[in-house]
Amino acid sequence: MDYPLGVDIAFLLLAVLAVVSAWRVFCTDSMVRASFFLLVSFIAVGVIMMLLAAVYLGVAMFFMMAVEMMVMALFMVMFMMNPAGLNPMMMVHQHRLSIGAGVAAFVVLGGVALLADFPVRPLPAGLEPVRSLGEEMLGDSMLIFESAGVVLLTTMVGVVVLASHRGRYGGAAEGSMPPGLEPGGEPAGMPEAEEGGGHHHHCH
Amino acid sequence: MTLVTLLLLAAALIGIGLYGALSQQSFVMLMMGLELMLNGVMLAAVAFWALSGAGAPEGQLLTIVVMAVMAIEMAMGFALVVAVFRTNQADMTEALSGLKH
Repeated sequence: MDYPLGVDIAFLLLAVLAVVSAWRVFCTDSMVRASFFLLVSFIAVGVIMMLLAAVYLGVAMFFMMAVEMMVMALFMVMFMMNPAGLNPMMMVHQHRLSIGAGVAAFVVLGGVALLADFPVRPLPAGLEPVRSLGEEMLGDSMLIFESAGVVLLTTMVGVVVLASHRGRYGGAAEGSMPPGLEPGGEPAGMPEAEEGGGHHHHCH
Repeated sequence: MTLVTLLLLAAALIGIGLYGALSQQSFVMLMMGLELMLNGVMLAAVAFWALSGAGAPEGQLLTIVVMAVMAIEMAMGFALVVAVFRTNQADMTEALSGLKH
């Protein structure tokens, strides 16, 4: 299938943007910026999907990733010691092995792309992609679609159980210590040990 | 924009994502690597759907399923980060050396 020149140029620019921003995710100092670079990479891929006529998927990608990366940036600020990138950051382990694995994955998959003989069957002329997706999701593949929904619900329940502060047998933080204000220092913000005060737990 | 160039782009994203997932010490950065790999997978699925699959609707459905997987991965990942942080005060993979706190 031949695309007009404008589409080809747009694809080239978006592809470069997607790869460069994906690479910048792992070599920027600021973790918040890293999540925004990831967002840029996802949006570039979403636009490429729209160029390929998968309009619904491209737009769904925008919505989903915009929210997801905001959540990710929030988590970065909450949990990481260096969210703003004020210090140089290179937190990696097994670096050479990882680079090797990444390059090997690219070479193998790229080799498949270059050498394999995929059938050329472009989209039929009168196809309405969104309509066909909707009819598939609520028609033949409804079971798959609904299963995905049930799995998402299960995930929500599991996530609340994992992350909830209060478990069935007491607080989730019981027995753990808050981090010190300096490395190896006293735990910060520990509640004072309560003496008496009617907080004894009795078994009835 | 041909199938080969699209698949090469997908391969590049998967390769970078694999590098990130294997090399990063921080949990959230590690998850970003996984997300990038899924990004490449979705792009490859849409490329096959549009250029090699004659617009079979299952191709788009596959991408929707991968999107659901991505949402599940993010939610479970963040919940595990919260749970690990509560018990171990850890935000690095190295800090986890045992299953019991």
